[in-house]
Amino acid sequence: MSGVLVDSILAADIIDFNLAALGRNFWALTVEGLTYGSIYALVAVGYTLVYGVLRLINFAHSEVFMLGMFGQYATLWALGFYPSGNAYDKGIMLTILYLGIAMIGGMAVSGATAVGLERVAYRPLRRRGAPSLVFLITAIGASFVLQEFVHFVLPRLTGGTLGGVNAQQPIRLVEPKVQFEIFGAPVTNVTLVIIGAALVLAFVTDRFINATKFGRGIRAVAQDPVTATLMGVSRERVIMLTFLIGGILAGAAALLYTLRVPNGIIYSGGFILGIKAFSAAVLGGIGNLRGALLGGLLLGVMENYGQVVFGTEWRDVVAFVLLIVVLMFRPTGILGESLGRARA
Amino acid sequence: MTTSSTPNPPANPPANPPASPPESLPPAGRAATKDRPHGGIGDRLRLWWDAQSRPAQWGMGVPFWLLLAVVPILNIPVLTTVGTNFGGVMAQFGMIALIAIGLNVVVGQAGLLDLGYVGFYAVGAYTVAILTSPDSPWNQTTPDGWLANEWGWLAALPVAIAITSLSGLILGSPTLRLRGDYLAIVTLGFGEIVRLLADNLDELTGGGQGLRGVDYPRAGVTEDLPNGVFSAGNASGTLNSGVWWYWVSLLFIVISLLLVGNLERSRVGRAWVAIREDEDAAEIMGVPTFKFKLWAFVIGASIGGVSGALYAGQVQFVIPTNFNVINSVLFLCAVVLGGQGNKLGVILGAFIIVYLPNFFLGRTEIFGIPINGNEIASYRYLFFGLALMVLMVFRPQGLIPVRQKLLTYGRELYVAARRIQKRAETPAPATTDGGDR
Repeated sequence: MSGVLVDSILAADIIDFNLAALGRNFWALTVEGLTYGSIYALVAVGYTLVYGVLRLINFAHSEVFMLGMFGQYATLWALGFYPSGNAYDKGIMLTILYLGIAMIGGMAVSGATAVGLERVAYRPLRRRGAPSLVFLITAIGASFVLQEFVHFVLPRLTGGTLGGVNAQQPIRLVEPKVQFEIFGAPVTNVTLVIIGAALVLAFVTDRFINATKFGRGIRAVAQDPVTATLMGVSRERVIMLTFLIGGILAGAAALLYTLRVPNGIIYSGGFILGIKAFSAAVLGGIGNLRGALLGGLLLGVMENYGQVVFGTEWRDVVAFVLLIVVLMFRPTGILGESLGRARA
Repeated sequence: MTTSSTPNPPANPPANPPASPPESLPPAGRAATKDRPHGGIGDRLRLWWDAQSRPAQWGMGVPFWLLLAVVPILNIPVLTTVGTNFGGVMAQFGMIALIAIGLNVVVGQAGLLDLGYVGFYAVGAYTVAILTSPDSPWNQTTPDGWLANEWGWLAALPVAIAITSLSGLILGSPTLRLRGDYLAIVTLGFGEIVRLLADNLDELTGGGQGLRGVDYPRAGVTEDLPNGVFSAGNASGTLNSGVWWYWVSLLFIVISLLLVGNLERSRVGRAWVAIREDEDAAEIMGVPTFKFKLWAFVIGASIGGVSGALYAGQVQFVIPTNFNVINSVLFLCAVVLGGQGNKLGVILGAFIIVYLPNFFLGRTEIFGIPINGNEIASYRYLFFGLALMVLMVFRPQGLIPVRQKLLTYGRELYVAARRIQKRAETPAPATTDGGDR
């Protein structure tokens, strides 16, 4: 960050600008970026909804996601799948069925964690009217507790099957296989499942927030909690619902993520993804549902371009620099904060 | 951001309509009302301290710091750590305390939530390492460089301070226009960017291998210790290198406490408090908010840089994994745990954060009760997280809270007002406690 460092970056060819590679693989990179982006988008929704309603960065949401990964893994285990080097071949229909069950398992664990977190950690603070920094610290504490739970306690409870220091051995249900090409970009079945599932979930969530009675309650509380309460909206129930939706989507994202990164199931696996998803939410305008979806996709695609132009090791740097640059020009994100009112 | 100890806090701070009189709302909980009238230990301590005369303050302050300085060499039975070198633990405590003081300026005083403070720590450490490590291409301790090994660390220190201040300026000037949570995530990103730069600029920073052989002060050279008391070779005995580094840290802690304390009592400090309490109001009242926020950032950053330089000198080795974002979070925890806005409180917070895990390390019994200390130490983050959560529920203002709204001259006014009010209240003790705001 010093002037010295900047000089060396410019002088030496530590970073090479490989624009030719970007041009060559543009569509393949876009597809790959959208894959990651849709996972970010699903996790980002959890951040953005909670922020919209409570003005709280739910720092522990990354751990909700992480527990979702373990939840779907345990579900697969319960269904009789074991880690092996090869992918199971069960046929399309059965695979989709099993993936669906695993996703529900992940959603259940994540949703329960998110709601439990709200009950145990945040509600007592709300009762006392704590300032927002206190919420943040509590979230950090909860994040430590959940991580260490998987790190130390879970292996004891499950006899070493789940959790611990190392990543779980992957259970592969789907072997990535190229299905067809778009503009010369190969699209695998995994990509199709991820983007397809994410699109469906995003659409359902959007409809739920914008067109149902419950969604109206959420928007009302986000806009003006006091008036919403006077109009008969139960604030506590809305808050619980918000956490539940965020948790469920994180659980779904957890399954999709493990399809793409089978070796990612580890106690510390949620952290970086959580930061990225939060960045995505801020990028799109935190508190804004569609902003989170857009921000997630954008972040995924941009960092994928960036890692080809600058090199793989700069991928995270690209994501954060993009965030800083966007916030400099649009301080409330691309779409602004619209779930609640805009803040001064 | 940090409107802690708000009287009658509404359930959702930003959404409370100002029209409703706070007295008419039922108190949110027992703790909120119970803690409100008094600022707690920190306040009482500060009032008592302020009432002392200057010579008395010096007369008590100097022995206090001396006492703190001799803690690692007294070998106090339970306090001294068993599994690790106590001097080393205290040195680490000194550095984290310094960081907590710096971060307290940013978070506690100016109310800017900084989640990337580890970035400044890293910049400070890497500046010293790049200038003095033999692994670095810009090593200046070679014969034709402009630093000598004997005073290389000391000469690199001001450079480190200057460069961290500059990095505070570079980070602050574009981002300080953001508010609250946006600032938090941008600073978090900054912390990660610094670490990733250290990891990826292999030719300059040694990448994941880190930089070895960072210079340190060559003081107290004897025959037994050819490299002086600060070298890692001075590992055993009462006066090991950790103790020496602890003393150096203490020196910097006292210097920065004096500096920060004076700033707090000046126009700058009042501007910070005003910004923290209500940025818009401060702006309207003519406080150049951006300028003072930038000041807070730069001062906080430079103190973090000092700490980083100390760290690099002590362990003589810097590696990117030591500058994870999780450390930023720990630093923030030290500040919040001790009581943000309270300089001595944050030092206590730093002590708890550093000392507690080390306390259990290698311990087989405590007061006769057998325990498996190593196992407890390995669970430290679990307990730590639980402790944070419990603390935030029961004591959200930290262990040694201060009444944040009243600083500097406002405090005297507050005390006077309390006295008058108490006198007025005595005939009618039945009045609610809502009136003492």
